[in-house]
Amino acid sequence: MFRQTEIINQPSTIPPSKEEGEYLTINVGPQHPATHGVLHLVITLSGETIINIEPHLGYIHRSIEKMCESLSYRQFIYVTSRMDYLSSHINNHACALVVEKGLQVEVPQRAQYIRVIMDELTRIASHSLWWGAMAMDLGAFTPFFHAFREREAINEIMEETCGARLTMNYMVPGGVMVDLHPNFQQKTKALIQAYYNRLDEWDELVTGNIIFQNRMKGVGMLSAENAISYGCTGPVARGSGVSCDVRKIYPYEIYNQLQFDEILETGCDSLARYNVRLKEIRQSLKIVEQLIDNIPEGEFQAKTKAVLKLPKGEFYQRVETARGELGVYIVSEGGTTPYRIKFRSPGFSNLSALNHMVKGSKIGDLIAAMGTLDLVIPDIDR
Amino acid sequence: MTNEELKIKLTELNPAATFEEGGEWLNLFIDAADLLSFTKTIKENSELYFDYLFCLTCVDWKTHLTMVYHFSSTKHRHNIVVKVKLDRTNPEIETLSFLWRTAEFHEREVYELFGVKFLNHPDLRRLILTDDFEGWPLRKDFEDPINMIKL
Amino acid sequence: MISLEKIATLIDGWLHQHFNDVITLLIECVLVGVGAIALFALLGLGLVWMERKVAALMQIRMGPNRVGPKGIFQTSADTLKLIMKEGLTPDGADKLLFNLAPVLVIIVAMLILAPIAFAKNFQIWDINIGVLYVSAVSSMSVIGILMAGWSSGNKYALLGAMRSGAQIVSYELSAGISVLTIVVLTGSLQISEIVQSQQTGWWIFKGHIPAIIAFVIFIIAATAETNRAPFDLAEAESELTAGFHTEYSGMKFALFFLAEYINIFIVCAIGATLFLGGWMPLHIGNVQAFNHAMDYIPSSIWFLGKTLFLIFVIMWFRWTFPRLRVDQLLNLEWKYLLPISLVNLLVMTVIAILGWHL
Repeated sequence: MFRQTEIINQPSTIPPSKEEGEYLTINVGPQHPATHGVLHLVITLSGETIINIEPHLGYIHRSIEKMCESLSYRQFIYVTSRMDYLSSHINNHACALVVEKGLQVEVPQRAQYIRVIMDELTRIASHSLWWGAMAMDLGAFTPFFHAFREREAINEIMEETCGARLTMNYMVPGGVMVDLHPNFQQKTKALIQAYYNRLDEWDELVTGNIIFQNRMKGVGMLSAENAISYGCTGPVARGSGVSCDVRKIYPYEIYNQLQFDEILETGCDSLARYNVRLKEIRQSLKIVEQLIDNIPEGEFQAKTKAVLKLPKGEFYQRVETARGELGVYIVSEGGTTPYRIKFRSPGFSNLSALNHMVKGSKIGDLIAAMGTLDLVIPDIDR
Repeated sequence: MTNEELKIKLTELNPAATFEEGGEWLNLFIDAADLLSFTKTIKENSELYFDYLFCLTCVDWKTHLTMVYHFSSTKHRHNIVVKVKLDRTNPEIETLSFLWRTAEFHEREVYELFGVKFLNHPDLRRLILTDDFEGWPLRKDFEDPINMIKL
Repeated sequence: MISLEKIATLIDGWLHQHFNDVITLLIECVLVGVGAIALFALLGLGLVWMERKVAALMQIRMGPNRVGPKGIFQTSADTLKLIMKEGLTPDGADKLLFNLAPVLVIIVAMLILAPIAFAKNFQIWDINIGVLYVSAVSSMSVIGILMAGWSSGNKYALLGAMRSGAQIVSYELSAGISVLTIVVLTGSLQISEIVQSQQTGWWIFKGHIPAIIAFVIFIIAATAETNRAPFDLAEAESELTAGFHTEYSGMKFALFFLAEYINIFIVCAIGATLFLGGWMPLHIGNVQAFNHAMDYIPSSIWFLGKTLFLIFVIMWFRWTFPRLRVDQLLNLEWKYLLPISLVNLLVMTVIAILGWHL
């Protein structure tokens, strides 16, 4: 009986009830330049105006949760690199943390520093790629190449240390897999300096552009209340003024000893989300700057048993990925494999808000709003 | 609020709730019938204010299913885990998608992977799998001779 | 010095010596036709290569550099590939219109080539309503695009075609009015006379501020009329995959592609003719020494240089700006460009009456 009053507005996926023929239904995806992957949106249009959006998922669903049930606590981390492939370090980090939480392992200081640096570099790379893709969605191709050049520098640094460029698998329970490459510090310092200059260049190229501003302002409005209701996290929620940075609120590793700001914008629109991400790059650079000269000497991995067994119980670890809050929920029966594992992916919740955000606006706005959600499809499908 | 304070407060609200010790956060079991009214109360109560449903999932315990709801408060920054035991043969539970809209997608996911039916859900269809898929893949007794490799 | 004019006169004289008037005319028609098609092919290949190089320059990469020196034969290789490909016609398409559309688009592009003055006294058809002819014929291309979009039986194509229709019809207005501002000054619609009137200086310098405003509006409208970024809503890759030519493949697609570049060339040529003096070298009033020095550069080089500069500007737009949204696009035209160009035309008329432009 109270349900009627609770409806903030109509639930999002009720199909329109007009007679057929009034509306045009088009399939955006599974192969479409703007969905950056195999996302399938069924869009109902009236002229250029969007009436309804219905996401169809599962084109890249690998059932990672089921797979992990038969993998040991050391093995399942490698699968998680394939979820949100743009922040694979952070996915691995979350898994390593949850296993450490279960095992009550103390991670050496050096490993913690390395992990945080890697996380932040990943965040910078991910946001850079997003920036290029965002501009490309809006029809400007050049920023994409500029963004890729910067991301390439980060990838090279990663490659030297982790041996991989995309699916890193560098963080293991107890620390990190191998020690830093001798060039790491010097290269990273050079990178930070270059990045500050690049960011100014990016602002000149895209942010100040009048067409860009008009495309982003007032597009894809998502109020703070709705952002919470839809479970949005990361830059999407922070663009609506919701404080949700896991690094600040539930700090893990050494984040509580670091100086950085949680970026909050109150615009609630695509431009706000855009600004949040660009400012976050600067904050991440600041974090790396603080750590890079002070990496303590010592072990990079704690001593752990060869076969890990988590005690019976439930463990939940949340971390802040480039896209928002990633939660890893492990139910353990005391064996060598998880009994049930659940990945709470940020993209899944963020995507659910899409229909609400763009209903009633133009097709161009859908692209602008979807771009600022920064969807990575394997992260949504898992 | 700390877990102890939460426990006292929540017992007042729902005396039938049973608590599970040992986790990082407070775990409580409630009845499926109470779920909607209980979650509504904890969302609206200004001392609790659990406005953020950050994880919704299900666990198959072979004898029964357990729905697991993770709540957090953006105001007080405390967390609880609400669990509901469901019958395995005919799992049915009220939807929370009118209170937290994120539940709509998560419930659709749970529906197709575990077969839990959400009553009054606005749009309970398959989200990931094809419409003619048979079985509930994340249940422990699911068998797929072609795609699943036993280790 | 060999100029295009001399070559044309030579050929004409030789033909007249050997044949009677009718056959001469016929042969000349064939020669012009072949010349136009050859120019088409050359322009298509050259401009596509230029676009790639310009894009590469802005995108910190190399661009094509494997096929031929500096990759100049890359486009030829691509064209060869497109010719070899199967020209697929979808089952749900309206077959006749589907196949007619690219031909129509390319015919329209070819027709506008007629009154353009490529060099001094070198013009296919010096029609006395040249500018009017160009505006009239160029608006036909929208029919081809609408045809392509409708007959494809594809929703993306339809949306793209509708956008394109709205866009071209709107931007035709301000393009036409900005052309009119120059016609007011010259008092003639004939291309050769418009060029001749810029003997003492190009209109963009002689026409005071209204001419500059008209020039800017013309460039914006021309970009929009050719469906180029930031006005490429008809294609809008990230929104409508490929817009009106989503279903086209092989040579039919190549025709659309070619027509786009020909259209760019033509609008830039018109812009160069009206505002930058066409083939007319840079002259400053009556400074004879300077004017003579400038005259040593062949008129065809002047014309091509100006046109290529404008083409470069339009390419520069494409690789820098994001795309507009469809309502913003129409707002820009109806709320800003059209009123401004109307007032501008009025001001220009006053200037012309008072004789300030001479």
